Amino acid sequence: MEITMEHYLVISTIMFFAGIYGFITRRNMLAVLISIELILNSVDINFVAFNRFLFPGQLEGFFFTLFAIGISACETAIAIAIIINIYRNIRNIQVKNLNELKEDSVNNAGKE
Amino acid sequence: MEITLPQAVFLFLAAVISVFSILTVTTKRILRSATYLLFVLFATAGIYFELNYSFLGAVQLTVYAGGIIVLYVFSILLTSSDSQKVDKIKNSKFFAGIIAAIGGATLCIFITLTHTFPVSHFVAGEIRQKVIGTALMGSEKYQYLLPFEAISILLLTCIIGGILIARKR
Repeated sequence: MEITMEHYLVISTIMFFAGIYGFITRRNMLAVLISIELILNSVDINFVAFNRFLFPGQLEGFFFTLFAIGISACETAIAIAIIINIYRNIRNIQVKNLNELKEDSVNNAGKE
Repeated sequence: MEITLPQAVFLFLAAVISVFSILTVTTKRILRSATYLLFVLFATAGIYFELNYSFLGAVQLTVYAGGIIVLYVFSILLTSSDSQKVDKIKNSKFFAGIIAAIGGATLCIFITLTHTFPVSHFVAGEIRQKVIGTALMGSEKYQYLLPFEAISILLLTCIIGGILIARKR
């Protein structure tokens, strides 16, 4: 058995759709964010496998993965800042309670 | 059938990724979910090492496993007043998720396995650090100074935005 590119694509597919499942079903915002992390990571595996197997002399997939890792770090930091802010306002980070993100909720939280 | 060392390593990493990425989204406790995500990220770094991209594996370990998971764990602990409660999933949502995931995975794996890619074979060889540095800092064709600067501006914006959003009023 030789390890071909398809093997890498199959495991990244499994990871991607595990992320999709979590994104649809989970209700905690942090769990949704973890699912997004899985999706981004699976795409990185795809880029690297394509670069290594199809274009071994070039560096496009390598650098795309490098920048994608940086961008996902940014995205996580901002999203967690927003989630902590929401938690401060409504003491809850379940997705179904997020229908009052407007300025009113801040005032309501102050009155409680 | 003989299994050589690289194949054994690949099979181990593939098993870890498949099992733990599914456990990440099916476990009820959010902190366990973050821990399983850490294992998945470690195995991904292992795949980068196996593909001879050591620099990428090191970046993956430091940025993801070292930075992002710590952020997750801290924010889970900060917001975990009621998230220890079992997260019950509605039936309709569960079926929507499972149909989307299994249907999509079947379709994608089918297409992957039936499509004939151009001739592909593993070409070993580490990229030298000097090559990476020159490509990252050059401004000619196939060099990446502009995205590098864009990422640095993005990180700066992200720091400022994170402070502005999360500060106490």
